[in-house]
Order: sequence, then structure tokens, then C-alpha cells
Amino acid sequence: MSAAQASAWGNLGWPPAAEIRRVDTRDADLPAVAGTLLPYGNGRSYGDSCLNPGGTLLATRGLDRFIAFDADTGVLACEAGVLLAEILDLVVPRGWFLPVTPGTRYVTVAGAIANDVHGKNHHAGGAFGAHVRSFELLRSDGSRRRCSPAENADWFAATVGGLGLTGLVTQAELQLKRIAGNAIAVRNVRFSGLDEFFALNAEAEREHEYAVAWIDCLAKTPRGVLMGGDHADADLPAPRGGRNVPLTPPLSLINHASLAAFNAAYYGKPWPAAQTVHYRPYFYPLDAVGHWNRIYGPRGFYQYQSVVPPAAARAATGEMLAAIAGSGQGSFLAVLKNFGARSSSGLLSFPMAGTTLALDFPNHGAATLDLFARLDAIVRAAGGRLYPAKDARMPAAMFRAGYPRLAEFTSYVDPKFSSGFWRRVMENN
Amino acid sequence: MQKILIVGAASAIAEAAARQWAGRGAALFLVARNAAKLEAIAADLKVRGAAAVSTHVMDATDTAAHAAMLDAALAALGGLDVALIAHGTLPDQKACEASVELTLREIDNNGLSVIALATRLANLLEAQGRGTIAVIGSVAGDRGRQSNYVYGAAKGLVARFFEGLRNRLAKAGVQVLTVKPGFVDTPMTAAFPKGALWAQPEQVARGIVAAIDRRKDEVYLPGFWRLIMLVIRHIPERIFKRLSL
Ligand SMILES: Cc1cc2nc3c(=O)[nH]c(=O)nc-3n(C[C@H](O)[C@H](O)[C@H](O)COP(=O)(O)OP(=O)(O)OC[C@H]3O[C@@H](n4cnc5c(N)ncnc54)[C@H](O)[C@@H]3O)c2cc1C
Repeated sequence: MSAAQASAWGNLGWPPAAEIRRVDTRDADLPAVAGTLLPYGNGRSYGDSCLNPGGTLLATRGLDRFIAFDADTGVLACEAGVLLAEILDLVVPRGWFLPVTPGTRYVTVAGAIANDVHGKNHHAGGAFGAHVRSFELLRSDGSRRRCSPAENADWFAATVGGLGLTGLVTQAELQLKRIAGNAIAVRNVRFSGLDEFFALNAEAEREHEYAVAWIDCLAKTPRGVLMGGDHADADLPAPRGGRNVPLTPPLSLINHASLAAFNAAYYGKPWPAAQTVHYRPYFYPLDAVGHWNRIYGPRGFYQYQSVVPPAAARAATGEMLAAIAGSGQGSFLAVLKNFGARSSSGLLSFPMAGTTLALDFPNHGAATLDLFARLDAIVRAAGGRLYPAKDARMPAAMFRAGYPRLAEFTSYVDPKFSSGFWRRVMENN
Repeated sequence: MQKILIVGAASAIAEAAARQWAGRGAALFLVARNAAKLEAIAADLKVRGAAAVSTHVMDATDTAAHAAMLDAALAALGGLDVALIAHGTLPDQKACEASVELTLREIDNNGLSVIALATRLANLLEAQGRGTIAVIGSVAGDRGRQSNYVYGAAKGLVARFFEGLRNRLAKAGVQVLTVKPGFVDTPMTAAFPKGALWAQPEQVARGIVAAIDRRKDEVYLPGFWRLIMLVIRHIPERIFKRLSL
């Protein structure tokens, strides 16, 4: 794998790693290198949390073997670099599903552990780490530990959500969830205004396993579509994917006019109140277009994802959306959802009870960063935090304020491991 | 259910092909040097749906061990439909130039050991009157070049040998397939900078499985290499010898 192939999803032009070493067998030792190491999964993190500029990346996609699958209990053991897509292809026909899945299926198992990723069912199922039965952690001192909620529980808590800094996860065992078919029964409800969203969402969370809303944040009054979903007892043919953005256009195709037009059209399109769809378009609408991140052009783009606690959620979300609409730098369909009360497994896990808002912004340099500073202030005042997997710019103070167990976490960081993100938030002021 | 023997089963291309066959419920017999790696691959293939997977540790250059390995494969599989010979090494050309011993060892790894295996397999399949022998050769076998002619010579030897076998076994109804991959992004080529001509092992594996299904004789993978090699083979030697390829 060449250096150019190890990029982060936001294409923000980070300096390359000095070296990329592939890890192809789970019993291999870590390479002896002069500088620092960082595991690299499938590069679906947006910023520099999966990058190690000037250091060595351990490319883990070669660790793509299954180890065991029990079709009666739904326990799956596999190597760290297996993609969630590969798991789904294997287990869905046999009646099992991932207990938690992020909005793209092209992430590795260890990448999902390292960010303790969340899906549309946090209110029902918590985050990814809650379904990890165990994993093996390989440290630069050569030690290998089996970690689970019962065994080496402290290492388990540090590594789930641990941003790849505690060592290399070589293999993991997951508890999957039973399904009756590959389809999802979806209920779509349009809403206008945040009060309506919160009321509808509370109801959706009571009624559905999955709930998520797309919002048009460019409209004067935030409006959107809430999509409740449940696994259905039906099998549908897989939709044919295959569209791809073959190269990065010289200019971003995302501007105010194209965004506003897209968002309005999306909100306005006929939404059937109820429909049954294959699981892929429901969970992974963006995966249908390969490399869609390229449409943001050579300067790349940011994602800003925050969570604010329930008490402040309505007010803070309203303020953020007003700041965004006021800045004129809209986002392509923002995602709004609630996290439930189930506490996360990891010391640095992002999900906590509250409301999470995620938006993509084309990189317009200072104007974009100024907007983020205003959003930071709202999130901090509300007692919230930002998601490192999506971050490329948060100030060190913002990170410390959001993650009260940071000091505890640092004692588990492997002395040989580091990342661009880690140096940025720990070494600068 | 296809009964398939793979020699060099730990190579990236062979592993990817084995996954395709496992997904179809084939029975597999895997041969490689590294026992731990072999076990990891076998477990994976079982999860992916293989009807049965057996493993056998052997160094392919140990030609004296071939007969016993084939007996074990026949016993475990209960017959043989397809044999894929996929083992090989990528020699350091410069080091070979400085060492006769190393050159001969590489010719043995990539050429003689393949011929030894193919000889036994040919007799077996000829007697049963059906089946497939496939070998992973290389575009490098189509013409000698200064940058890797030791490897190229071994692969060329294999290609010509298989041509002969194909001619001999056609009457017996046995398929003899020569696979000629171009550049493939595998652990073997980890040190090389990758460009647009590089293919992924899965892509090459799909081509191999399809070529066996369609009973082809020879296949370049990806297909565009047929054209590239057509041009390269036709450059007159008097010009070719001056090129730095
Ligand atoms: C379209 C899209 C939608 C998304 N939707 C969501 C969502 O809904 N919810 C959500 O939570 N996230 C979401 N994400 C973010 C994504 O799920 C995470 O960034 C995920 O961690 C990426 O996994 P990866 O395999 O690509 O790992 P990378 O991005 O390559 O790495 C992620 C982290 O994992 C570490 N890591 C990788 N392998 C190992 C290993 N073997 N051992 C130890 N550490 C390792 C890395 O060091 C890094 O810190 C989305 C991303 C995209 C592009």
C-alpha cells in the first residue's frame, strides 16, 4: 500500500505517514520502527484520528479472516480488519445482523471498536462496544491481552473508544443480533421546527428500534424527515450499487446554491409514510455512491458532530442550527438523533445521553473554522462534546472539557503509539 | 461439490480464490509451509461455507514429499476436481546475479517444483479422464527483462511445460490452465510503489475461478495484460535489448 492510499475521509490534505506497514497475520509481532505507530483500518474517519503524519501506519485490512461463527448463538469471532460489509454479507443470509452499525458499512471491526461507533439504535442498543464480547490487544512491549468486560476490564474500557492509541487489536468476538429477514420496515414522518422533531422523536424511540432524522439546516425553520425503522420478516433483493465518483473534480461541487436546491428537493420529495426496504439503503444511503467524498473537491471537507445532554438539547440544537443558517455555510443534509441513557463502555467513548447533530461542511478555510468556533462555544456551554472520529480541528481545551476521563485514559496509551489527532489535542496548549 | 487442492494456499491470490470456492460450498485441501497461517485460513474458509477444509504442511520444493501430499489430498477430499498450483517467491534479481546458488533456488521455487507437481497431477487426472490443473504463472514469463529475468525464466519454463501438458491432456478431457497475472498488490509486492496497472488479489482470484469454470487454456489477469504483452512480445530483440525494462 502506498502512502497516497492511506487517507482520511475528509480529504483535508494531511501530511503523509513516513511509512505504511501491512499487518497480514494476527500472530505477527509489531514492526520495530524508530518513530510512532498507529493502526489504520479503512480510513473512514474524517480527520487525523486515523492518521500518523511522519510516523508509521499499521495497515490492518490484511487481517480479514473469520475465525468462528456460531449460527445458533450469533457469536462471531474474526480478525480486526474484517469490514462490517463482509460480516453482513456472511451473516444476513443466515439470519443475523450487526447489533450496532454506523452509517457506512465500509469500516473495520477494530475501527468500530476504536471509535466505539454508534448507529441509529443507540436508544435501544447502546454503542458498538456494548456488543463486543472480547478482543486481543497487542502492545509494543510484545504483550498480548485478552480483554473483555470481565477479563482485563480496565484495558477493555480504555481500548473501546481508545482511538487506536492503546495498542493493536488483532481479533475480536462480537455478539450479533437475530433477524427474520434482510428488510427494514420504515416509517417516514416530515417535521417542521425542532419542537416537532423532539416530540416525534420521543415517540419514534418508544415505537422503533431505529430512529434518525435528516434535516434541511438551510431552511429558515429547520425541517426534515424522521425515519423510524424495524427489522421486518421479509427478504428483498439487494439493490444494485455501483455508481462511483471516479476522481476528484478540480473544484468543489458543493456550494450554497447546490446545497439549498438539494436539501429543498430532498425534503419535498414524496415520502411514503410506510415502506419496506432492503437494509442497505436504510442504513447506508451514502454507500450507494463510491467515493462520494470527492465531490467536495481538492480542499476536502469537514464534518462537525456534537452531542449535548438532554437538559440543554433543545436550546443548544436550536442555537447551533441558527448559527449555521446565519453563516450561509449550509451542510448537505444534516443528521439529528438522540442517544439513549445506556452508558458507553469506553473511557473516551463519544456517545452519551443527549442529542447528536452531524453536518458536513465544504472546506472554506477561515470562514468555516470561524463557524466551528461559534458552534464549539454553544456545545461547551451546554456541557456537550465533539466526536474525535469526525474531528479535524477541535482545540485541545474543547477535547479536555468534553472527556472527563481523559487523565485516566492516558495511562493506558501505548508509549509507541500516537496519531495526528492525539498530538494536536494533547501537545498544543 | 467441487473437490479442490491448492498448493501455496497462503499466497494472497490463492487465499482469495479459496474464499470464492468456499462460498460455493467446495471441499478444500490446503498446502503451505506455515502451519499457523494455514490454520487461520482454514478456519476462515469454514466460516465462509466450505463443505470441508483440510490442511497439509509442506515445502513445495521438497519434491520427495509430493507423492504423500497427493495421497493425503485424495484421501481427505475423496477425489480431485481441481488442482491450483499457486506457490512462488519473488526473487531479488540483483542478489541472484551475484549468486548462482540463489538463482538456482529461485528457479527451483518457481519452476522445477511446479513441474514436479504438475507431472504427478497430470498422470493422476489423465488416468481419471477429467479434472483441472491450473498454475499461477506470470506475464514476466512472456519475455526476459533485465529487471527480473530469473523469475521470468522460471515462469517461462512453467508456461511452456503447461503448453505441452495441455496438448497431451486435451484427449483425456483434462483442463490445463495457465494464469498470467500482471502486477498484483499482495504482501509479496508490498515494497513496490503501486500505480494504475496494479490489481487486487480478489480481482485476479475472480478471474481464475471464472477461467476454470469456462475451461479456458490461458488467461491474462486483468485482461488488458494480453494486449500489453502482445506489444512487448513483438518488439524486435535488437530494439528490446536496449530498453531498460
Ligand atoms: C459515510 C460515513 C458515515 C459514518 N457514520 C457513522 C455513524 O453513523 N456513527 C459513527 O459512530 N461513526 C460513523 N462514521 C465514522 C466511522 O464509523 C468511524 O470513523 C470508524 O471508526 C472508521 O473505521 P475504519 O475501519 O475506517 O478505521 P479508521 O478510520 O482507519 O481508524 C479509526 C480508528 O481506529 C483505529 N484502529 C483501526 N484499526 C485498529 C486496530 N486493529 N487496533 C486498534 N485500533 C485500530 C485507528 O487507529 C483509528 O483511531 C461514518 C463515516 C463515514 C465515512
